[in-house]
Amino acid sequence: MKETPPTSFATLWGWPIVLGVLSAIGLFCGLWGDGWWDWAGWIGLGVPTVAAVWFGWRGRGGD
Amino acid sequence: MLSAKALRAWTWAHKWSSLVSTVFMLVLCITGLPLIFHHEIGAWLGTEVVAPALPSDARRVSLDEVMKVAKTRFPTKGGMFVSQEPDDDKIWYVTMSDTPTSESDFKQVAVDARTGAPLAEPVVDGGVIGFIHTLHVEMFAGLAGKLFLGFMAVLMLIAIVSGVVLYAPFMRKLRFGEVRRERSTRVKWLDLHNLLGIATLTWAFVVGATGVINTWADLVVQYWRNDQVAAMVAPYKGLPPLKELGSLEKAVAAARALEPGMRIGFIAFPGTVFSSEHHYGVFFRGDQPLTARLFKPVLVDAMTGEVTASRTVPWYLSALLLSQPLHFGDYAGSPMQWLWAVLDVITIIVLGSGLYLWLGKRKAR
Repeated sequence: MKETPPTSFATLWGWPIVLGVLSAIGLFCGLWGDGWWDWAGWIGLGVPTVAAVWFGWRGRGGD
Repeated sequence: MLSAKALRAWTWAHKWSSLVSTVFMLVLCITGLPLIFHHEIGAWLGTEVVAPALPSDARRVSLDEVMKVAKTRFPTKGGMFVSQEPDDDKIWYVTMSDTPTSESDFKQVAVDARTGAPLAEPVVDGGVIGFIHTLHVEMFAGLAGKLFLGFMAVLMLIAIVSGVVLYAPFMRKLRFGEVRRERSTRVKWLDLHNLLGIATLTWAFVVGATGVINTWADLVVQYWRNDQVAAMVAPYKGLPPLKELGSLEKAVAAARALEPGMRIGFIAFPGTVFSSEHHYGVFFRGDQPLTARLFKPVLVDAMTGEVTASRTVPWYLSALLLSQPLHFGDYAGSPMQWLWAVLDVITIIVLGSGLYLWLGKRKAR
């Protein structure tokens, strides 16, 4: 088996952690209040959803 | 880094927890999709009850009158619950049954809260949405069905956790979001499975875990009844059951005086799981998104109409009540519903691709 340089923790887990935390914040904020809290909820849960659809549909562009 | 042995163990856990639960999770995702929009579908099918427009300060009929109207429609049945939708206090929904603990043969009458006019007789769990709902909640197998689906959801949670562990070895040479489309169909779907799974991880875990909690609802409520309601109504222990009920309007007015500023969620008649043999249970909601979900119960003597006891709900009932919106996605308006729908479809793709990858691997052997 050929040796490959180990991927850094940040490369591997950076985006998954960001998206996971955003989702959790979104789920919570939407429940906590109205108005701006709803917006926080939509954005928090919306970013991971859009990321999934975008990369799933298009893949990473530019390479 | 996972050792070869640990990797094999996690792979085994992921494979079997998924394989056993996938078919049920697919059914839950597919039936769950229309349930996200059940109000909209009801309005579209014309089964949603609508109260006629009246000035907002129109006077309201007494709840005794509401009960009389309902009773005229179904004289052989007794009151079980009277409830209101969170966003519409113009309609009382009276649920009636043969006994307060009946589990079938419910009748419901929607009564105009201002005029006392009977508006409709919604069929409890009837129609297409009712069918889908029963399938989703219990697969027509009652409590056993609920607990079984809860167990399948626990397996799905194990599949999610093991999936996260396996994400690392599979993604070592890839950047986030990379899907190798130019390679075989199998590689493409493997990358998609990993990408969609990891991006929707938190949502899927929360909806799965709150779904599990919801399957325990009957048990939690029963426990609350033995734990707290029993203590609240201890002085009534051993008294003969009531032959006739006192005024509902008077009882609810007394409860309202105790909790001004809160709205009524539902009222439970004596003998149901949400009351005692001698009490009306009046359950209030707050007016904030969070407090609207956490009921505040007040028990009122069903004979005299005087408040007996009121306690905030214990942590386990709060957990159950808060796990409802987090499972249903019925909060923060329609954008949340649409996000729920898209995430549900993505979960279907994750489940389907997982099944496809397993089938392909079997064939390759």
